[in-house]
Amino acid sequence: MNNMGKQYETVIGLEVHVELATKTKIFCGCSTAFGGAPNTHTCPVCTGQPGSLPVLNKQVVEYAMAIGLATNCEITRVSKFDRKNYFYPDNPQNYQISQLYLPIARNGYVEIESGGVPKKVRIHEMHMEEDAGKLIHDEWDDTTLVDYNRSGIPLVEIVSEPDMRSADEVISYLEKLRTIIQYLGASDCKLQEGSMRADVNLSVREAGSTQFGTRTEMKNLNSFKAIARAIDGERNRQIELLEAGKPVIQETRRWDDNKEHSYAMRSKEDAQDYRYFPEPDLVPIVISEEWIKEIKAKQPELRSEKLERYKREYDIPQYDAEIITDSRIIADIFESAAALCGKPKKVSNWLMVETLRLLKEHNMEPQDIRFSPGNLAKLVDLTEAGTINSSVAKEVFEKIFADNTDPERYVEENGLKTVNDEGALKSVIEKIIADNPQSVADYKGGKEKAIGFLVGQAMKAMKGKANPQMVSQMLKQAVTESDS
Amino acid sequence: MSNKISDETIEYVGILSKLELSGEEKEDAKADMEKMLDYIDILNELDTDGIEPMSHVFPVNNVFREDVVTNGDNREKILENAPLRKDDSFEVPKTIG
Repeated sequence: MNNMGKQYETVIGLEVHVELATKTKIFCGCSTAFGGAPNTHTCPVCTGQPGSLPVLNKQVVEYAMAIGLATNCEITRVSKFDRKNYFYPDNPQNYQISQLYLPIARNGYVEIESGGVPKKVRIHEMHMEEDAGKLIHDEWDDTTLVDYNRSGIPLVEIVSEPDMRSADEVISYLEKLRTIIQYLGASDCKLQEGSMRADVNLSVREAGSTQFGTRTEMKNLNSFKAIARAIDGERNRQIELLEAGKPVIQETRRWDDNKEHSYAMRSKEDAQDYRYFPEPDLVPIVISEEWIKEIKAKQPELRSEKLERYKREYDIPQYDAEIITDSRIIADIFESAAALCGKPKKVSNWLMVETLRLLKEHNMEPQDIRFSPGNLAKLVDLTEAGTINSSVAKEVFEKIFADNTDPERYVEENGLKTVNDEGALKSVIEKIIADNPQSVADYKGGKEKAIGFLVGQAMKAMKGKANPQMVSQMLKQAVTESDS
Repeated sequence: MSNKISDETIEYVGILSKLELSGEEKEDAKADMEKMLDYIDILNELDTDGIEPMSHVFPVNNVFREDVVTNGDNREKILENAPLRKDDSFEVPKTIG
């Protein structure tokens, strides 16, 4: 890439769709459960049958208000729905019920970190709308199959101002939004499953310019990595066009993460003219001061408050508190387990190190954690009491993580208790010394490291169930005393 | 008639409505739409100063449902209305892939 001459700045704004964690759809009493057999969560309303009438789910309004308040938005006192018209088989009504003229929240912001410096990303508006059905390509008949289970699932769309300048800022903004919304319990925000989706509006301009370039919109981004790659790819594509003296065309592009390339999605034939007009089947939403107060009062403790409280109440370092409060689920496990065993720092270590490692290894999110705080607390107790040593504890934790195994029973059933019996250890050590004269001689000759090998041999002979410090100490003493 | 619908406009409206119109149908549609716009012009003559814009025809607001599942599995009934069905899904001409 030859961008040696001019310096360019990337300007990015995001449209983030979040599926709300309601039990039912936005306008009908159908279930929102994920993974149902095709079309089993459908009714006349969410399949757009003539004569059916939508009725708004109150919980959708309350979640939307909660997100709006937590992102510093003004709540619109009189809000209403509009119809966005387009023809596509995922949309059985031929219009999507959305909000254009009076969205539920406006003028907010989220504070992010950019290179260690705090920065505000402004939110232009947030509106409520319904999701569309799912299209599946049928290879056999070369047709498309439609599943309307997702049709009518409530969404909020959060539209930012074009305030971001890099992929890092975009990821930071998305992580912040996700944490806030997860803390509110308003959505699980899983990118892979599509309960959080981001469309990226991106343009480039020469550094120092105050005018925006022509932007493109990129869709189909379902992981943070895909978002980062798509931003770099689109930035480079636009710069190449500008360098070649060609115009950037305002269009929607679809990112193909396998090919690491985006391509234009819509031709001129499908002009994007949504002909919005007010939805006559739904009445306006009037939000009173009392209702806002009620939602504020119900607001759970947000991350920043929790972080400060953990440092104060549990006396854990800032670093620990940051990692643990990053996910409300991990924070909840921490709090329960710490209360049960009374050793917050130990609990925090298990969560920060082993839990995060295993999550990463299995490509899981904190939501997928299945172990109970009780079992983690028991493990801390077993380790602290010296019943098991640290390497056995790691092995037991993997069991707890995988199957929520009761550690006490597991240790008992598999005979993993540390042997603190000096007599048993002594005979093993004598044998190890007799079997490894070279290592013994090396150690005596000043090679400190040789002792490690002997400890390893002894631990192996004890099937890992000895206390390594004790083994090391007894070995050193025995070697020194031996006169061979 | 004071309003005039151009050929480009009727072409565009046809695309948006997914309608293929013959030349004659286009002329008829143009005449109808011109009449509608003329009628709007009459409405525009009314003095609406000081009148609050209406967001809904009924003076009603905040009609909600509680978040409780009331519908069961309606698949068979819903799919009865499908012009084409395959397995448990609606089947439509290829739109993706």
